[in-house]
Amino acid sequence: MPPIITTGKTMRDKVLLAHGSGGKLAHEIVRNSFVSALDNPILNPLDDSAIISAEGRLAFTTDSYVVQPIFFPGGDIGRLAICGTVNDLSMVGAKPLYLSLSFIIEEGLLIKDLERVVASIKETAEESGVKIVTGDTKVVNRGSADRLFINTAGVGIIPPKVDISGHNAQPGDAVIINGTIGDHGIAVLSQREGLGFATKLESDCSPLNGLVAEMLEASNAMRCLRDPTRGGLASTLNELAEQSRVSIRIEEDRIPVREEVAGACERLGLDPLHVANEGKLVAVVEAKDAEAVVARMKKNKYGRDAAIIGEVREEHPGRVVMKTRLGTSRIVDMLVGEPLPRIC
Amino acid sequence: MATVDDFRRSELVAGIVSSINRHATREARFMEFCGGHTVAILKNGIRQLLPPTIILTSGPGCPVCVTDNADLDKAIALAKLPDLILVSFGDMLRVPGSCSSLQEVRAAGNDVRIVYSPLDALELARTNSQKSVVFLAVGFETTAPGVAASVLQAKQEGLKNYYILSLHKLCPPITKVLLDSGEINLQGLICPGHVSAIIGSEPWQFIAGDYGIPCVVSGFEPLDILQCVDMLTQQVAREEAKVEIAYKRGVTPQGNQTAIKIMEQVFQPAPANWRGVGEVADSGLALRPEFKDFDAELNFDFDPGPTKTQKGCICGDILRGVKTPQECKLFRKVCTPVSPVGPCMVSSEGSCAAYYHYGEDNER
Amino acid sequence: MCLAIPVQITSINGTEADVRVGNIVKKASLWLTPQAKVGDYVLLHTGYAIAIVDEAEAEETLSLFREMADKMEDQWQQ
Repeated sequence: MPPIITTGKTMRDKVLLAHGSGGKLAHEIVRNSFVSALDNPILNPLDDSAIISAEGRLAFTTDSYVVQPIFFPGGDIGRLAICGTVNDLSMVGAKPLYLSLSFIIEEGLLIKDLERVVASIKETAEESGVKIVTGDTKVVNRGSADRLFINTAGVGIIPPKVDISGHNAQPGDAVIINGTIGDHGIAVLSQREGLGFATKLESDCSPLNGLVAEMLEASNAMRCLRDPTRGGLASTLNELAEQSRVSIRIEEDRIPVREEVAGACERLGLDPLHVANEGKLVAVVEAKDAEAVVARMKKNKYGRDAAIIGEVREEHPGRVVMKTRLGTSRIVDMLVGEPLPRIC
Repeated sequence: MATVDDFRRSELVAGIVSSINRHATREARFMEFCGGHTVAILKNGIRQLLPPTIILTSGPGCPVCVTDNADLDKAIALAKLPDLILVSFGDMLRVPGSCSSLQEVRAAGNDVRIVYSPLDALELARTNSQKSVVFLAVGFETTAPGVAASVLQAKQEGLKNYYILSLHKLCPPITKVLLDSGEINLQGLICPGHVSAIIGSEPWQFIAGDYGIPCVVSGFEPLDILQCVDMLTQQVAREEAKVEIAYKRGVTPQGNQTAIKIMEQVFQPAPANWRGVGEVADSGLALRPEFKDFDAELNFDFDPGPTKTQKGCICGDILRGVKTPQECKLFRKVCTPVSPVGPCMVSSEGSCAAYYHYGEDNER
Repeated sequence: MCLAIPVQITSINGTEADVRVGNIVKKASLWLTPQAKVGDYVLLHTGYAIAIVDEAEAEETLSLFREMADKMEDQWQQ
């Protein structure tokens, strides 16, 4: 862990406005808190831009993270910031390579909290095999940001012949999920004040690039990949149905949901289908490969509960329908409104 | 111990459906009073299991939906007052009033908070002694006793900054109004399960006795609703009209006497404004004079402004069971959950929201 | 708003109870059901226990459903 900054002045356990000013204090925080943790040859020169090379089709994505609270069971904003961008790259079949990392820090954030986030970023980056090659730090007045906001952008390479897009689903394809839904949203909610329940549930926040690489080995007929973050599984399936101009039919019985998540959702009047995930992906694959893909997924730690949950159909393009446990059917709509703000 | 899941078991569905089919020899229209039942029926696709002779119609049992614009405007006006925290159940935030909503008022910087329980509002009063905390008390007899208890607790603790804006309403009186209107032709009433857990099944007696309409108190799981329909269907087949309880694990004929006493100790019947119906005598609850110190209407100076209604919105007709959401010109085209015109599209128990989310071909 | 779920009382402290559904624990007020005991199932609505669930009735209702399911099967087999 990098040392706490000491320059002989008082209040050195908190981030100050001066830390973001570009001056001496700023250099210290960058070197001591960030670079020493994230050390790599591309980052270390600390030039205005990182110099990278890559050949082939590049995937490029960015996301900002404003989750509240910044520490939650099973993760924190740092882990989220890496996983979110790594996963977005993975969802187009790209191997994630390099990330940028920008902090907007509220004056007064404890340095030890910042360092805890950075340690988490380091660990997650190492697990994903990505390098953080450039970054930025700004500090804003108390009240102008809620403790810490992070932005990451990422670059990856898509192997030749891989064509994965939300437009590719075809009638007859199988729809697969890699595990239980709703874990992240409920874990974050469980930390928020006033919502009054305690659960051992942890966020599922995890990098899925390894899992995706294995899935691509199991099938060369992977049509779509998407991670159901905000809006949950329901919103993602609706997006895919709309983009591919198909309908999707899922079966309630087959969708993996943890008992604690189902119970919490009951209590709060939420539908697990609408709750955010941060370590899940939906895959649409040609039916003939579905079993093989699921079998392969189950061997990966992020795919143990993988299951085929439905199929793609032709009629009623854009619609998602679910066969309930009772054998009746109902529409599965996109999430409307914001029952769970600041979830990622 | 029987769990909630037991009342959802698909292998038990066929048995009840078979019984319904055997007994549903006549056409019958049943009204599910409660918005929670409307949602459960659509979410589980219950209509797909019923024979075509049985029609289900939604009723006025959504306390958010039946809140009149004029009443919501009062809450909005209160929220704008300085040093005041307006506390509400989440559903009320996005309901459009005459010109604004609590959500908009909050976005403009006023202190509006969402709570799950009046107990949370009490806690806010304790921890914000420099401010007034006004709880927007919306709900039927399921909710009113808890709110009453919170007032008693506030009085016990000597809290001086806790207030209630009571928009509570009562179910049996509005049911009588709907039946007297002659607008709907019902052969049965699916009585609200949790309202009845409080008031018991006795208060529904007049519907069977004076109007000859069978009543069955139902729970909210799919098997509960099917059982209720089965019992109503059998009464219709036998040309009977009585009040029965299907939801026996939660409801007794006398209800929860403690809850009723607390509710009556704090509240008294008062006229109330019902969206789509207008004022109905003795259909709402107002704080009794001895609790006037907790009454927001008596303790604050606020002006709700002129009342306006949204053109084209037929929430009122839908709540009376006269029209379905699909018959509304605005449904889906103009009025959607993202941009709602009326409360039926906003509330988690609103008919329009339920039809929008779970599908119209789910409907008969 | 009529949302009420069955939860089990795990401990009582005066008028307040700890209740559990699955692995979720929460507090509930027993102002409306002061006669409730530890181990009872209650219907929880906006933070208050509004009724005690009659477990015997619950079992009986389920038995009734099972009977109806059996009866239907018998009819098919005839």
